[in-house]
Parts: sequence; C-alpha cells; structure tokens
Amino acid sequence: MARMNMVQALNSAMDVMLGRDPRVVILGEDVGFFGGVFRATDGLQRKHGEHRVLDTPIAEGGIIATAIGMGVNGLKPVAEIQFADYIYPGFDQVVSELARLRYRSAGEFPAPVTIRTPCGGGIRGGQTHSQSPEAIFTHVCGIKVVMPSNPYDAKGLLISAIEDEDPVVFFEPKRIYNGPFDGDPHKPAVPWSAHARGEVPDGHYTVPIGRAEIVREGGDVTVLAYGTMVHVCEAAVRLVGVDAEIIDVRTMAPLDVDTLCTSVCKTGRCVVVHEATRFGGYGAELVATVQEQCFWNLEAPIQRVAGWDTPYPHAFEWDYFPGQARIAAALRQVMEAS
Amino acid sequence: MTPRSRLHVPSPPARPGQEPDFSYVQISPAGAAPRPDVTATAREIEDLSVAMVRVLGDDHRAVGPWNPHLEPAELQVGLRHMVLTRLFDDRMQRIQRQGRISFYIKSTGEEAVAVAACMALQPGDMLFPSYRQQGLHVVRGRPLVDLMCQCLSNTRDMCKGRQMPIMYHWGKGNIFSISGNLATQFPQAVGWAMAAAIKGEDRLAASWIGEGSSAEADFHYAMTFAAVYRAPVILNLVNNQWAISTFQGFAGGERNTFAQRGPGYGIPGLRVDGNDFLAVYAVTQWAAQRARQSAGPTLIELVTYRAAAHSTSDDSSRYRPKDEYRAWPLGDPVMRLKQHLIALGEWSEERHAQLEKELEAHVTASWKEAESYGTLSGGPALDPLTMFEDVFKDMPPNLVRQREELRRLRESQAAAAPAAPSAAKEG
Repeated sequence: MARMNMVQALNSAMDVMLGRDPRVVILGEDVGFFGGVFRATDGLQRKHGEHRVLDTPIAEGGIIATAIGMGVNGLKPVAEIQFADYIYPGFDQVVSELARLRYRSAGEFPAPVTIRTPCGGGIRGGQTHSQSPEAIFTHVCGIKVVMPSNPYDAKGLLISAIEDEDPVVFFEPKRIYNGPFDGDPHKPAVPWSAHARGEVPDGHYTVPIGRAEIVREGGDVTVLAYGTMVHVCEAAVRLVGVDAEIIDVRTMAPLDVDTLCTSVCKTGRCVVVHEATRFGGYGAELVATVQEQCFWNLEAPIQRVAGWDTPYPHAFEWDYFPGQARIAAALRQVMEAS
Repeated sequence: MTPRSRLHVPSPPARPGQEPDFSYVQISPAGAAPRPDVTATAREIEDLSVAMVRVLGDDHRAVGPWNPHLEPAELQVGLRHMVLTRLFDDRMQRIQRQGRISFYIKSTGEEAVAVAACMALQPGDMLFPSYRQQGLHVVRGRPLVDLMCQCLSNTRDMCKGRQMPIMYHWGKGNIFSISGNLATQFPQAVGWAMAAAIKGEDRLAASWIGEGSSAEADFHYAMTFAAVYRAPVILNLVNNQWAISTFQGFAGGERNTFAQRGPGYGIPGLRVDGNDFLAVYAVTQWAAQRARQSAGPTLIELVTYRAAAHSTSDDSSRYRPKDEYRAWPLGDPVMRLKQHLIALGEWSEERHAQLEKELEAHVTASWKEAESYGTLSGGPALDPLTMFEDVFKDMPPNLVRQREELRRLRESQAAAAPAAPSAAKEG
C-alpha cells in the first residue's frame, strides 16, 4: 500500500499494465519524454521504452484512429487526449468506428482501446479546458464510460478499462487530481494523503466496470453523483444535516441500476448531481431509470443539480459550478416535499 | 533473417543538459532566393518551399529581390510594434506569476511573424490568429488596456468574462475570435476568403497556426478547400520548433519542410526566415498580391523559435536545453530590425533605450487603467447573470429559468453573509 494522489494512481495503473502485458501501449500529446502535461505518464517512457509510450503529433483524430488500428492489430492502446475539451476532432473515430467495430464486423475486428481524458472545471480553464462531455459518449452504443472520484478507484478502474476487451472512455476529473474538493474554492486544498481512498495498493488490482459504490449509507434521501461532485455532495449533505445515502455512480455505461434503484426504493427520495450542463445531460438518464424502477416508492419529484446550460465561463466559475449551496437547496426541497 | 519493420520515433537534437544543436535548420544566404511573379504556379516555384527567403544579412543590410524597400519611418513603426508586443508579454507574464491573472501565453522571439505580416496587409483584410499572434492587435491599434481587461475578465473585458486570458477578438479591427482548440481557424479563414470572393470583395483572409497543430485534420481541410476554390487566403504556418514538449519532428518536419506541403496541394509554399522582419513583410506582400489577383492561396512557413515556455502552465526546462534560444541561428527579430535601422543610420542605441522606456511607461499606465476596471480579487466586477447571455441571440426558456435560479441563490447568499464593515458603518 502507498499513499497516492489520483495522478500517481493512474500512473501506477499504466505502469502495472505496461509491465504485465506486452500488448499495452500508451500514446498521446506530450505523454512520452515529458510525462504528460498533468504528469500522469511521468517516467513511463523512461521505464518501458519509447516504442511503448509514444509522443504523438497534435491530432486527436489521428491519436484515436491510430489507437483503433493498433487495437485491431492486437495491441491494447491507452490513448491520452490532453483535455476532454480537445476530444471532438476524434469524435467520428469514436462514434462511427471505435464504438461499432465489433458490431459491424460481427466480432472479427474489435478494438480494445482505452481513451483517458481529463475533464471538469474549477481550474480557471474557461470553456476549452473545463468541459464534462460524458453524456455525449454515454449516448453512443458500444463504448463504456467511466469516471472515478478517488485514487483507489482511479487505479482499479483504469486497470479494468485496459483489460477490458471493449473500448472505454475514461474521464478523469482533474480538479481532484491532487486532492478531494468539496466545492469551496476558498478553503485550503486538502491532499489525498489525508483521505482513506488515497491509500492505493502498489500492484495489480481491479475495480469492476459496471458497479456503483455507496459512499455514505443513509435512509432519508439518495444522492447520485460521480467524479468531483461526489465530494461536493458529501459536504452538502453535512451542511444540510440530512441522513443521505450517497452513491458514486463511477461507471456511467454500463450503469449499475440495481445499486442505484435499491437505494432509492429504500429512501424514497433522490437528488442527481453532475457538473456537466443540465439539458440532455447524463442526469436525465439517471432520473428516467430511477423513476421507471422506483416510481411507486418515490415521496417527492427527483431533483437534478447540474451546470447551467451555457459554456463554462472563465470569470464566473463558482457561480457556474454546481456547488454545495445548490445541492443543499435541492436536498431541502426533496426533504420538504411530501 | 527476414527483414522486420521497426518504428521510428523522432528525437530532438538536444534535451536538457545537452548542447543545443540547430544543424537541422537549413538556411539560405540572405538575398539568395529568387522572387517570382505572383502568378507563378506551385510547381514552377517549388524550390522556394525548401530554400529560405531572407532579406537581412549578417551585416544587417537588406539585400536581394525580396527586399521590400520600406521607408525608414515604416521600419521604425515595425520596430515599435515589436518592442511593445514584447514588453506587453513580459509584463503580463510577471502579472500572471503574481497571481493577478490566471494564465498567459507569450510570443517572445516570434514578434515579426505577426507584426510584419500584419503591416503588409490592408486594414480590411480579415485575420484568423492562433493564440500567439498578439502582435496583430498591436499593429491594428488596439489599446493595450483592452487586451489587459480581457486577461483580467473585468468589466471592460471584450469577452464578458467568458474566455481564458489571451483569447481575444476584435470585430472592428477585423481580428477573429481565438479558440482554445487548435487549428480550427485555418479552414475558417478559407471559408471567409471564399465568401469574399463570392461577394466580389477586394479583401483577403490570413490565418496562422503552429507547426504542431498543422497535424490536425483542419490543416488538410484548409489546404484542400483553398486549392480547389483558389481562395484569396494566406495560410501562415509558424514553425517555432516546439509544440509544448514535442519538437517539430513530431509534426512531420524531419524529412520535408512544412512549406513543401503546399506544392502537394497545388499551393505555392514559401519558406521564410520568420525572424527577419523584411522577409516576412515581403512574402506576405507577395502572397497578398497573388490573392488579390485571384491567382490563389499561399502557404508560408515562418521559421522561428518559441523563446518562451508554451504558456505560464508549462516548464520548458524539463524537455529542452535551457539556453537553446541563444543558439537559435536566426537570431532575434527585434534585435535584427534594430541593427538594420542602426546600419541605415536611422536608429541608435540611445533612441532604442528611449523607445523602451517610453513603451514601458505606456504598459505601466495601461495596466493601471485596466486594473481600475476590476481585477480577479477586487474592484468592479461583471454581473455573473450575464453568463446566460449570447448562448443564443434570444434567451430560451431554460436559460431564463436558470438565470432566475442563480439570481435567487445569489440574493439569499448575500442576505446570509455577514455585513461588510464599511456597510455596517454606513448603516
């Protein structure tokens, strides 16, 4: 066991997999010699060689397309897209190719590619370094979509993603790379070393794709969140003083419907939280699923708390970010309804 | 043994701790490259995509057919713009380091790329820059205060607080909005130029991308559409050797020049000394004449060096020799133009020092004014409710509702917050 922040945990996952499986290759902009702009691949090229940890030209479409070709030819590529906001030039390769190759070739040409990409705001990144585009990918059939909320899950889920025979888009909430963030930018930063989930095994282990995790057990209301928002929800629940059950969705596709709906059927109330914009967001899928399964147990309309339906504004980051106050208001609203 | 393929992984000539080595940069003597007629075909002038157009010689004299024969007064204006751009960059970098803006990108060492090109164009020509051509704004007369206010996201910010620092735009100045996503502006410039041709206007478009981002498919779109429609566009590829940590070999510069891509599309490719103010001016003038005569687009590779780190978020000492810039064989654009003017008898060290002093004071005064319109930590601030504007021309109902929700939230937070001491006194 070691204390790791999320970047170190991701680095460890790739290090372990490069060591265990000669098919694994890493590719992306600045990932090789430099070790990535967020340091996630630091030291990996030096250790595993420049044929396994490749710097690439600046071409996200090219990175994803060549990763597909490598995957078809028997490798297990892990592509880094430097910011999720930069992924769109590769979108056709994801939607029309990566997601459907197994289907259209009747299983003959699958491409087991993992795409890692940092997402989310709260770093003064403006609209091109802050987006959370997970719903754009969950809407595509044939790819798995994952977002960890802590170092332990980050490593375990990334190893699962690399070992998976199907493509996985792996979103990394960069605001919590160095420590959990409760939504209050004025508080001093907290490191992962002070958090239970900052304890990470050195070697190989997995966290299964398709399983949510109950972060806090409670009986009054179920809070569904993932990524950075898990920590913001924990703080909001403390603020309101409600006995909430907080569930870290962790893998958006496939979705662990049982864990989510068992909880909501128990509590009868539900708040769904994500940083991404609200309209057509992943929260809509969660709400629809919950009401289908739990309608007769619901005591109140399900509330959604999400980013506003605007691009992420540089100057108004904390008015945009769905922080504790907005989550608390939603919690109070579902608790007051009868 | 049967032959096996082996992956070639490009490697830069020098890494931290090693001697800088720019022997890979092929340099023609000043004045050596011929200046063809602007109606020449790409094939006829293919040599110019390998040679290097240079005007300023080592003796600081202007030589050869590309000499644009500018008046000393005009050269002095160019020098002034470049010095101002550099001083502005230096100041903003320091301000970022003090935590007073969130981010900055310098153009140090590449000032001629924007300044000389812009001076060779007409004010009505439309510019589609990347994030490292702040010199365009300087040439077109944008007050530094405006640029600083954008970096501050304050009440005078042209972007209304929505963009990261340096993502400027200027409708009146015909300078397009800068994107944080790379290379997108290149084919957009071609479309703008096509529209100018469709409308029968005597205006052209010019765009800039880095050699690194020329790997994006947008580069190919731009070249193909420009060639097909012979769009009146100048496509500038700024080869500053480094794309964050990857050297130009990773963009495909190891065996061919970037200018050589032009002839492959049927577009003339001109390779130019990007730190030679006169050469940059001259090739831009040539390409502009060509575009205005419906002779078609030009790809210009500007060979320069990114003297600063990629941005304030980058640490270039991790991946390249610290003093690499000092070994750069094409020198510094500001120093070279300054020395040329001195050689002409039209400038002196004293006048240069005086200019720097004057422009430093201008930068200081501009910053002082910009801060009066608000900073990240205090002073007047933009209304956060404006974030819902301009998503659409008319605000749709979901945004009206969300704006109202935020208004109520802010009011309740203001009511709950303890009264500020000054307010208590007044009360």
